[in-house]
Amino acid sequence: MLPLLFFLAVAMLFPFAIGPNAPLLARTGGGVIWVAALLASILPLDRLVAPDLERGVFDQLALRGVAEEVTMAVRLLAHWLSFAPLLLLAVLPAAALLKLDGETVRTLLLGLLAGTPGLAAIGLVIAALTASLRSGAALAGLLLIPLSVPVLIFGAGALAAPGSGGLALCAAISLLLVAGAPFAAASAIRAAREG
Amino acid sequence: MQAASLSAALTAQGLACRRGDRVLFRGLSLSLESGAALQVRGANGTGKSSLLRILGGLLRPAAGTVERRGSVGLIDERPALDEHLPLGKALDFWRALDGSDTPLPDGLADLADVPVRYLSTGQRKRAALARLQAQGGAIWLLDEPLNGLDTSGAAMLSEAVAAHCDAGGIAVLASHQPFALAELQTLDLADFAA
Repeated sequence: MLPLLFFLAVAMLFPFAIGPNAPLLARTGGGVIWVAALLASILPLDRLVAPDLERGVFDQLALRGVAEEVTMAVRLLAHWLSFAPLLLLAVLPAAALLKLDGETVRTLLLGLLAGTPGLAAIGLVIAALTASLRSGAALAGLLLIPLSVPVLIFGAGALAAPGSGGLALCAAISLLLVAGAPFAAASAIRAAREG
Repeated sequence: MQAASLSAALTAQGLACRRGDRVLFRGLSLSLESGAALQVRGANGTGKSSLLRILGGLLRPAAGTVERRGSVGLIDERPALDEHLPLGKALDFWRALDGSDTPLPDGLADLADVPVRYLSTGQRKRAALARLQAQGGAIWLLDEPLNGLDTSGAAMLSEAVAAHCDAGGIAVLASHQPFALAELQTLDLADFAA
């Protein structure tokens, strides 16, 4: 729920900061929503892996023969479900606040649908890597931003040039990230055990 | 307690454990058959917990091999229960995973609605013991199981371990406190210090 409110707050603040200039808002609004979505996906990261690592849940799962890769794949799905579907719904009121037209909203929704799994995958790997660190949460945010640039470029780029294949590239990057993330996160969990 | 008798074996050959630059122990071998109980003794920081984690396969030994026959259950200082859930629900997560339908033991049934974060250390330990019993693992690894338990809790634990060994299971206890168990083997880590 918190990522959703955060996302709406950014979408609401932006018109106040820019002023009531409808064409400008409409031109930049899509990008703002992308950035807000990226920031919203950072919020749940500190609770994604670290508490369960600390409580020994992953150890107990490992003793029962559940592979870390499976645990992490399930965690990836749960993470995406926890912020993305609500965020896609919240794009509609946010688009109204930013005066976006129908075509832009459509591209935006498709782009977010393609891009958010990738953002979730990056988030999971970073959460697993930073889980055993003391101030992991702050570090996780800083690490996620540069890594999510490719998703952002193609996802938000599709808004400026509709039909240019940006969405397909965004989806491709996302797919790659989702496929690799459970393995990378599982290695991070195993490394944390040795530490 | 268990209906079917368990079959288990735990063998370790030439184990060594290194944490950072320090070698905690080396050349440690042990062999446990069904029904055996072993107490691992040693001062703080000599590697009791690390040995248990190596035996359970959670930690790679610096040298040596471990062979296990039978599934492993572990109790350590972390109860692996969701702090925000009531105890009953938190335990149900593991019971569903383990496919167990044994009811909660007497002491815990009253606590089923209490969120885990309100429980004391001893109550968490009892909950972890209930989780272990429901798991039905053949090899029990107990890391400082007496910590936080009162006299009746400690008696309950000894009974549970005795019943487990009678049923053919293996128990390895890491503790510096004495244990009231018949036929308890002991292993002192000071003998294997590097």
